[in-house]
Amino acid sequence: MELTIILFLFGGLFLGWSLGANDAANVFGTAVGTRMISFKTAALVCSIFVILGSVISGAGTTETIAKLGAINALPGAFACCLAAGSSVYLMTKAGLPVSTTQAIVGAIIGWNFFTSSKIDYNVLTTILATWVLCPILAGVIAIGIFTLVKKIVFNSKIHILRLDAYTRLALLMAGAFGSYSLGANNIANVMGVFVNISPFTDIEITSFFTFTSTEQLFLLGGLAIAVGVFTYSKKVMFTVGNDLLKISPLSAFVIVLSHSIVLFLFASEGLSNFLTSMNLPSIPLVPVSSSQAIVGGVIGIGLLKGGKEVKWSVAGRIALGWVVLPILTMVIAVLYLYILKNIFDLKVVF
Amino acid sequence: MFNFKNSKLSLFGNSKNLEKDMDEFVSILSEVGISFKLIVKDFLSHATGENFEQRIEKITAKESRADTVVKQIEYALYEETLIPDARSDVLRLLEHLDEIIGMYQGNCYRFSIQRPDFPQELHADLLSLTDTAVDCVETLCLTVRSFFRDVRSVRDNAHKVTFYEKESDIKSSDLARRIFSSNLNLDQKMHLRYFVEKIDSICDRAEDIADELIIYAIKRSV
Repeated sequence: MELTIILFLFGGLFLGWSLGANDAANVFGTAVGTRMISFKTAALVCSIFVILGSVISGAGTTETIAKLGAINALPGAFACCLAAGSSVYLMTKAGLPVSTTQAIVGAIIGWNFFTSSKIDYNVLTTILATWVLCPILAGVIAIGIFTLVKKIVFNSKIHILRLDAYTRLALLMAGAFGSYSLGANNIANVMGVFVNISPFTDIEITSFFTFTSTEQLFLLGGLAIAVGVFTYSKKVMFTVGNDLLKISPLSAFVIVLSHSIVLFLFASEGLSNFLTSMNLPSIPLVPVSSSQAIVGGVIGIGLLKGGKEVKWSVAGRIALGWVVLPILTMVIAVLYLYILKNIFDLKVVF
Repeated sequence: MFNFKNSKLSLFGNSKNLEKDMDEFVSILSEVGISFKLIVKDFLSHATGENFEQRIEKITAKESRADTVVKQIEYALYEETLIPDARSDVLRLLEHLDEIIGMYQGNCYRFSIQRPDFPQELHADLLSLTDTAVDCVETLCLTVRSFFRDVRSVRDNAHKVTFYEKESDIKSSDLARRIFSSNLNLDQKMHLRYFVEKIDSICDRAEDIADELIIYAIKRSV
């Protein structure tokens, strides 16, 4: 593989690293922050399941991202990833909750504008609608699960210590599911733009199993996320666990589970195909923001408890993020593409 | 590197042992109360021989066992970072319950050492006060057990503790009034009043702990 290809892939890997550093905290932050699960255990489980989710179920959302903008040149994909990474960094510095999903979509639209490629507005509308639906759905699911869990806990009269042990196990399992869903849903953000121009070739392992170039790409992206988890997520996990969400471990389990379900719903090709086969409206396979799914879950439980604990200012900032981040990333992507094309004389589109 | 055995996945076995420790501690408190009742009864019927002293020794042994159990629970909760959200509440609760065991023990030694001379006509009232104090702590034990297993019934049980505490206040006031309206010498009156107050203070402490438990239960309500 050429050095330039590795260099261009580095943009995606950087985005993967930042995803691992930030979004892993959504999955395991409360469990680690409240010391229900040790960081090492959380990081190991998270890494394994993120990689599995990316490689096994990452194709669905990637297809949607590819439909939005068929980036066909490595420098173009590199510029998009770098733009997404830069805007996420800038917004995080500004204290706004951000999502790599929204950043990458903004970057792809920027690429479309710069290269005068046609935007599929149906896909764009679906993606935008899903972003609004994601926290709402997470909230509704959290309310349902929380009501059920509360009933079970109260009626079972389980000892505080055994409940603690079960909660730890539940948090670990929900975290594993959440990590799988995160990998499946968000790998498109990291590697989606490289799929059409993958530098890898299919590897036939047995006559029944071929390790496709896309899967290799996803494995690489998954590894980058895992590196992000191990190297930088600890601090963020403790921040999420101690500062942002003062909630009980059981509520944390409900929030993580509802977040995981939402991410899984928007990533599962099997479920989407099943609904289609039953003549039901299928679920769009769209990368959604894990941060917003978590906040949706928190707001759901907050509303169930009377709404006093809900921080509407946070909800307002998230809504602001939906608008500001994609636009900012689009502008940065156009700037990077301009630099690559006019200064470095690289082809950003074929 | 990833020490599952000692940290997280062996939790179920450890939890079971710790559950037993917590139950044992509450049982000790309950048993010490019953022994205290018998000791007061023995004392008033002048059965203060070897059997009486043996009962006091048993209370001392139980108090010592309670201290050991509390330490075991304390170490386990911190070393294995169990119930992080309720750990400090549970430990504070156990320490306060341990104080009640100490109060029982202290009263037993006071009877053994100071030998207060309660006139026959006050015996029934003193026994009744002692019964109320022990019932109050028994109800507190129920409240503690419900805090561990069924937070919803904490408030109901805590309410009963308050009821017994009020009963104890009435009985101790009546007894004090009877002591001071009797023909006893002032020094004896003061001495007997001291014992009445000491028994009554067990209920006061139990009520304080029950109030704390209500707050802990609110914090634990999922």
